[in-house]
Amino acid sequence: MSSSGPGNVGIVIVSHSPKIAEGAADMVRQMVGDAVPLAWTGGDVDGGLGTNVAGILKAIETAWSPAGVAILVDLGGAETNSEMAVEMLPEGRRARVLVCNAPVVEGAVIAATESSGGSSLAAVKRSAEEFYA
Amino acid sequence: MSLDRAARERLVRGLAGSVIEHADELTRLDQAIGDGDHGLNMKRGFEAVVATLPDLADKSLPEMLKAIGMTLVMKVGGASGPLVGTFFMELGKALPEQPSRADLVGATEKAIDAVKARGRSEAGQKTLLDVLVPVHAVLAGGGDARAIASEAVQAADRTTPMLATRGRASFLGERSIGHMDPGSRSASLLIGAAIETLELEVNR
Repeated sequence: MSSSGPGNVGIVIVSHSPKIAEGAADMVRQMVGDAVPLAWTGGDVDGGLGTNVAGILKAIETAWSPAGVAILVDLGGAETNSEMAVEMLPEGRRARVLVCNAPVVEGAVIAATESSGGSSLAAVKRSAEEFYA
Repeated sequence: MSLDRAARERLVRGLAGSVIEHADELTRLDQAIGDGDHGLNMKRGFEAVVATLPDLADKSLPEMLKAIGMTLVMKVGGASGPLVGTFFMELGKALPEQPSRADLVGATEKAIDAVKARGRSEAGQKTLLDVLVPVHAVLAGGGDARAIASEAVQAADRTTPMLATRGRASFLGERSIGHMDPGSRSASLLIGAAIETLELEVNR
């Protein structure tokens, strides 16, 4: 169920815990293999629990796709920092990155599965958000 | 109001010192109703700001504020980084190099609106807005330095009986009542430090 990988919507996983972010990414890979550009980030700049804008920007760059990038976040600061990171992107990229309102692990797996079928960014976001709505 | 280079450096050191010296207190407040990282996060952010001195103070006031905001956004982490960082960045965008009081009133209003948008929040939810909004009202109403500083302290105190409906403390529901909001406390400290520095400049 994978189409042309590089053209599919990229997935970024942002958790306060690097272990959760990495683990969720492992679960995504198990589901979709290399069909979807994927990156994860977690922890503050000193390596403690938290999130940081620089890490999120780097993850967006890693998972970049012309089809856009869907970001899955855990708690408050992860969302606020992700939205901040999106605003700091070059103007042409800003509208092609969306933060999803979905549980981070389940949302990432669902979003990646949707993406691997070649769906649009809007459809990927909708799937992640609707599954638990 | 005109701040020369030395005054701008004093302002930066005053702001940073207020948060760094109270980092343990902010952590204790955050441990009670949050994840306990507010003191450490703010300290890390303002230490990074101080590390950009003396070059930072070579910038004009608006450019300096924008640079402080960007450093905080990148270094603080947590929701406070984007929120406090956005306040400084927007203040820098809205202020002229030699602001009048009316400029300050207008620019802080814009900066507060940006914080509201960033946090999708309003005053009354037990966040830093519960300090920013009432302090702005005193500033806009013509209050002097003492009135502004005093309102900053009292507004932070008034968050203690509030129920948190935004931020990590909202997870605690009713148990968030009875503790001062850490973000309100740090905002209050920063305002107090800014007033102290600026008042010295006016009276110099």
